[in-house]
Amino acid sequence: MSTSAGAEPSSAPNRGWRLRAPAGTLTRSLGLVALAGVIFLAASEGLGSYEDLQLASGAYYFVALAGLTVLTGLSGQISLGHGALMAVGAYTFTLLVGDEHWALIPALAAAVLVSALVGALVGSAATRLRGPYLAGATLALAVGLPALADKYTGTFGGANGLTINPPTPPSWLGQSFPLERWEAWIAGAGALVVVFLMHNLAHGGVGRAFRAVRDDEIASSLCGLHVGRVQTLAFVISAACAGLGGGLLAVVLQLAAPGAFGLGLSLSLLTAIVLGGLGSQLGAIWGAGVLVLLPGWTDSIAHSFSLSTQVSANLPLAIYGLVLIVAMLAWPTGIQGALRRIIAAARRSLVHGGHSDEGIVPSSPGEL
Amino acid sequence: MVRFIDLTLNGISTGAVYAAVALALVMIWRATRIVNFAQGAMLMITTFIASSVIGSTGSYWLGFAVALASGLLLGAIVERVLIRRIEGGPPLNAVIVALGLLILLEAAAGMIWGNTPRSFPPAFSIRGYDVGGTHLLFAPNDTFTVLVVFAVAAGLGLLFRRTRLGLQMRAAALAPEVARLLGVRVGRMFTLGWAFAAFAGSLAGLLVAPSVFVGPNQFDSILIFGFTAAVLGGLDSPAGAIVGGVVLGLVLSYVSGYESASLVTLAALVVLIAVLMIRPGGLFSTTRERRV
Repeated sequence: MSTSAGAEPSSAPNRGWRLRAPAGTLTRSLGLVALAGVIFLAASEGLGSYEDLQLASGAYYFVALAGLTVLTGLSGQISLGHGALMAVGAYTFTLLVGDEHWALIPALAAAVLVSALVGALVGSAATRLRGPYLAGATLALAVGLPALADKYTGTFGGANGLTINPPTPPSWLGQSFPLERWEAWIAGAGALVVVFLMHNLAHGGVGRAFRAVRDDEIASSLCGLHVGRVQTLAFVISAACAGLGGGLLAVVLQLAAPGAFGLGLSLSLLTAIVLGGLGSQLGAIWGAGVLVLLPGWTDSIAHSFSLSTQVSANLPLAIYGLVLIVAMLAWPTGIQGALRRIIAAARRSLVHGGHSDEGIVPSSPGEL
Repeated sequence: MVRFIDLTLNGISTGAVYAAVALALVMIWRATRIVNFAQGAMLMITTFIASSVIGSTGSYWLGFAVALASGLLLGAIVERVLIRRIEGGPPLNAVIVALGLLILLEAAAGMIWGNTPRSFPPAFSIRGYDVGGTHLLFAPNDTFTVLVVFAVAAGLGLLFRRTRLGLQMRAAALAPEVARLLGVRVGRMFTLGWAFAAFAGSLAGLLVAPSVFVGPNQFDSILIFGFTAAVLGGLDSPAGAIVGGVVLGLVLSYVSGYESASLVTLAALVVLIAVLMIRPGGLFSTTRERRV
């Protein structure tokens, strides 16, 4: 599927085809991570336990979305099965922590490794498939893999899943340090690692190879890129992110159960990256925000009217569906694309003294 | 042996339902290059309409006809109101819009008819045939299911291959610009394509409703297996949709009969991957050049 993401930072033309990250990317991404870390810590300090949990789930969603947006936005492959890859990470983590009593970080690393392996398998199959065929195969993965938990009930705990003990905050944080904030910090740390790695990747040679393969497979193989290998690598990287996201989800929820990783999760992940803005880290952040906050908002909207239970029980879903349709019609390039356009228009109107003749015209999706 | 025959016949009749859904998806894919994930919800709506008509009039066939007619109408409306705006855009956006429509329609059905699944009458008896003293599970209603799906598929095939309208629809799908130059109302052809596809989908809903019941989420698995069948057969091939549906129906029937029903989705995954590894464009794909 040749997804042309409009929200794509254009690299400077004189950089050419250097296969190493341009000088300064490393420092820039380190600075980015430091900034994001400070914001994250400051935010979590002032929050209650419920908001801390929301922050934590936003962080693990972001981790999975950052990987998916690399796969779909940069390398142009669709995946309707990332929920299943998150399940791989979550189950690996809970099995290692619950049965083998591994420590947090090695268990997370193992979750990343195992899901990357699964991703390599899926990815090498995926390189032969295009567009809807890849969508169909990954959809079957999303639906089929959770069935393993039912088949091997002894290992995976069947429909009830596996539970583990919550992580304990270290003693130097004090006795009264809330558990939820510690979970948010763990998930946030994972998210920061992913921000750093993906920012480097997207702005370096690997990211350029991904974009080249996405835009024109034949031209990029003429340039010496091994198209199949590049596409498989994209799958491995995004599967590793999904595995880390799943592992962090297991840290926060202390549970890995097949119900949490159904088709619904896979589809909402895809929805979130397109809605947020395909191919950019900021888009993944907006997407994670939508996944975490939208259910609460739609619920409170539904309950602010006095409706019969039959209607109010379904109203949140109806709003969600409507939001998806309207957002795609109004902002074909997602939230990040819309923001970028608004900022560009504002900058132009500042420069030209209030004359903004173009840029805020809503683009018609049919002409993209 | 009786068990094998039972499973085979059961596989063919469930496969016919998957084939009908796959046919709906293939027709829309051919016309507008969109995978219609909302198909499951569209056929759910038309089956609910049938259920209401049957409930208030007591006539199964009136409900059947109203459901098929409303399928035609719903397909046309969805194309005109929604899909027309995103045609030719990024393919992922169309996927998200279709998913949004799926969620919206399921929520709307929950609001109107409630979330508790309700039973749905079969067209004919569901008591199996007795052949030479052995009692089979295959029933007159299954015969009807298989026959009507194949009849509709054959009818659509004739429409596309033998009529002027069908030629115009194929032209609009394959080369919209040229077709428009030659005087084909391309937009109208797309609308018609969606309408016919939704017709096939609503037929699938009516046929499968007696066994899965009617509820907002009852048809999700039908959509998933229908999509799997369409991919299996090759999204560009209506014949592939039929074969893909029957093959998938047979495999899933054997797996759930001889192994366990919980492995059905895993079996679908294995079959799909196995076929796609050998033929990446589905069973009925033709070799095609990719544009440089």
